[in-house]
Amino acid sequence: MPHAVAVTVNGTSYSREIEPTLLLVEYLRETLGLTGTHVGCDTSQCGACTVLVDGRATKSCTMLAVQADGADVITVEGLAKNGELHPIQRAFAKEHGLQCGFCTPGLMITAVDFLARNASPSDAEIRHAIAGNLCRCTGYHNIVNAIRSASAEMRQTAGAQPKVAAEVKR
Amino acid sequence: MTATTAPTYIGTRVARKEDARLITGDGTFTDDVTLPGMAYLTLVRSPHAHARIRRIDTEAAKKEPRVVAVFTGKDLEATGMLPVFINVPSMNGSKHMPIATDKARYAGDAVAAVVADSRDAAKRAADLIAVDYEPLPVVVDATKALEPGAPLVHEELGSNLVFTYPVKGGDIDKAFKDAEVKVTQRIVNQRLIPNAMEPRAVTAKFEAGELTLWSSTQIPHFVQLIAALNLGLGQNKVRVIAPEVGGGFGSKLQVYAEELLVGYLAKTLRRPVKWTEDRREGYLATIHGRDHVSDVEIAAKKDGTILGLRVRTVANVGAYLQAFAPAIPTILHVFIVPGPYRIPAFDYEMRGAYTNTTPVDAYRGAGRPEAVYLIERVVDRLADEIGMDPAEVRRKNFIPADAFPFNTISGITYDSGNYEPALDRALAMADYKGFEKRRAEAKTRGKYRGIGISSYVEICGLAPSKANAALGVGWGGYESARIRVHATGTVQVFTGTSPHGQSHETSWAQIAADALGISPNDIEVRHGDTFESPGMGVGTFGSRSLAVGGIAVHKAAVKVREKVVQIGAHILEASPADVVVEGGKVFVKGVPDKAKSFGDISMAAYLANNLPDGMEPGLEATVYYDPPNFTFPFGTHIAEVEIDGETGSVEIVKYSACDDCGRQINPMIVEGQLHGGITQGIGQALYEGAVYDSNGQLLSGSMMEYHVPRADDVPAFDLESTVTLTGTNALGVKGIGEAGTIGSTPAAGNAVMDALSPLGIKHIDMPLTPEKLWRAIRAAGEGRR
Repeated sequence: MPHAVAVTVNGTSYSREIEPTLLLVEYLRETLGLTGTHVGCDTSQCGACTVLVDGRATKSCTMLAVQADGADVITVEGLAKNGELHPIQRAFAKEHGLQCGFCTPGLMITAVDFLARNASPSDAEIRHAIAGNLCRCTGYHNIVNAIRSASAEMRQTAGAQPKVAAEVKR
Repeated sequence: MTATTAPTYIGTRVARKEDARLITGDGTFTDDVTLPGMAYLTLVRSPHAHARIRRIDTEAAKKEPRVVAVFTGKDLEATGMLPVFINVPSMNGSKHMPIATDKARYAGDAVAAVVADSRDAAKRAADLIAVDYEPLPVVVDATKALEPGAPLVHEELGSNLVFTYPVKGGDIDKAFKDAEVKVTQRIVNQRLIPNAMEPRAVTAKFEAGELTLWSSTQIPHFVQLIAALNLGLGQNKVRVIAPEVGGGFGSKLQVYAEELLVGYLAKTLRRPVKWTEDRREGYLATIHGRDHVSDVEIAAKKDGTILGLRVRTVANVGAYLQAFAPAIPTILHVFIVPGPYRIPAFDYEMRGAYTNTTPVDAYRGAGRPEAVYLIERVVDRLADEIGMDPAEVRRKNFIPADAFPFNTISGITYDSGNYEPALDRALAMADYKGFEKRRAEAKTRGKYRGIGISSYVEICGLAPSKANAALGVGWGGYESARIRVHATGTVQVFTGTSPHGQSHETSWAQIAADALGISPNDIEVRHGDTFESPGMGVGTFGSRSLAVGGIAVHKAAVKVREKVVQIGAHILEASPADVVVEGGKVFVKGVPDKAKSFGDISMAAYLANNLPDGMEPGLEATVYYDPPNFTFPFGTHIAEVEIDGETGSVEIVKYSACDDCGRQINPMIVEGQLHGGITQGIGQALYEGAVYDSNGQLLSGSMMEYHVPRADDVPAFDLESTVTLTGTNALGVKGIGEAGTIGSTPAAGNAVMDALSPLGIKHIDMPLTPEKLWRAIRAAGEGRR
């Protein structure tokens, strides 16, 4: 039996009739065509599918789309605002924090949630925070650098935008 | 360098051109390609590791709603066999159909296929296919597979022996007779699962007689070639596109069953078809790596001089030979085993064995990590035996800097090398001298601290085509590049390489920019589309792309530059020798204010009304570059670890490496390749391992049981480099894609063993998990009881 579900994704409201078994990641990728969110495993280990659900990093393969009814979802496609990249996006590019780019959307989203809760993390805290996101290319070295670099930039501009969470939640 | 001006962009940290689309979600991976009317393929895979297929009942599946078609292996024999590109001497090749027809030879072997309107419908129908299996005795262990009476994976071959590959040099009997010390060690290089983050996927459509096939592959041109030959299409009617590819590490260096099946089904069903691997399916059906068991004996003098090395290895190739599988334990392994050392006598016999396990082929390093782990573990065992500093045993046996070009005892020629400076630099970075103090301090905290060295040489730049032929590789080792300058001055580079994270769009643009005297920002590098490329590209694997494909780009750019100079000289009424091409301008030496722009020249090339007599219009060059030799990068990696005596867990407290890949095009990219490679190598040393039970069931069957390193498993890495140019190519470049993996496994492994050496522990096989170490520590009478 299809269910009516209303979800706000990257600031746009969508109402769709969907199967109750549809995963949130399938809803994003196949129903809405937002293919920037990737599927890297089927056991919730890799984190490639991580999106923000009401501001919290969530593995979208572990959540049914019907559970997201009424939620505010941000995917990688929604990180940039008015054509300007999010600091985490700029930092991943600047620090060579990606190679093949498959895990990158999930890692950036996890980092955005993490930095909203810890604006000035140590490297050990960064490594712990992203331990649920696998990357096979970078060895994490430059991802840690990127998240540290983004945190510094976001602290600098914190006067203009006091809450990072506000920025991503819009 | 052939280019006449000094490099401007080569050697600099140019930001990646790839990133803009990948950080915004704009990149298109194969599973992102969805076409109208698409059908979805699901494969039914054998749960048995070895079983005769008596009967397959597809009736119930065919009646499921939304099912398009159901096939068994016999229905799909028109796809032809899967290719093997290697034929080493004495090889017993196996017949490998995309879908098994007679019996399943490993758990995961495909036995039936379902195509439906949706993924879910295909999966539901697949569950309704009833296969009547007759289970057969199973052999998992390669050594046991070679014993008389072992179950035969391919009965028609009469044996599970794939090949015997002996390589000898010097007088091995004399070496062991003269030896003052001999060390014998069994070395297990465990089976690994590659785990590229993007699961494999294939999408295809067939329109107007033309097959377009998107695949997550490292070798789109080979997929094109085999798809055309097997499916009875002209090569001109098969377009293979490797769009964004989410990592490969050798696991996508294949022509896989699913590529032929999806292509065949799109052509036969006349509708687009997609197949996307589940991760757990991938663990069974995508190739594995490594899986060697070696018995090693080293003969030496008490002063550490190595006299000889004898090795007997069995390599587990799995149930079928995959595309490059026979080359991995032979060509890419045996020859490099002597490493950076002058070893007077060498006797290696490699045997390959079929087993009822997932096929094994190239995984990052592919044969070379197995070689370097083997020699570096044994050198450490030797150092321990004679009570000598492992760094000094290495130094003593290094091929001296003045001995190059050096003919190794295994029969290859290292063109260049200078091993001591890299060792010395790594020792300094690691504060090797201060280590014993740190070990003693750690002891007071209940920690066992160890330091491990690995000095490696690897073979890259695959490969001179004639060498390929002599070694049994069934295709040339060249690479192609085409550079097209449009009338308006925009530049496209088409490369035969097929990157999947290696940043070729950036590095190739830097190379072309320096030759063309323009900015990399004005150059677009395109790859992975067989209808855009020069005609044949060999692809990206074996750290070959820069030393072969990058050189092809350089040579094509130099050709274009030469034409720019000719046209510029004609228009500026000067001698070509006086024409300067730099900064996007073309001018006569000393008269930059009278410059023509690069675009003026390209426009002239296409207007074609003011060109030198006899010159063809247009501004484009195509190069196929065949390298004259392999390249031999080297370096030293040092890991320092602490082991918790209570839990057996290992922490890498410091990691230092000094690598020499020759000239670096983009140091940022070089470091990135090393970081990832080192982490994969540490994964093998400490965490990863495919585990089968005796029935051939893969127990490490998902990311929950198989430990891919996570961010908190590895440290930050301290990297430096030396630069020893190779004379083999015009840029002096050697390759860096696999060095990290090759260097780090023995460094981490040796560090753990060094930490436990005060307990009298000599060797533990990888992965060095907390449980194994905890047991070993307790068996040695230490730790809490």
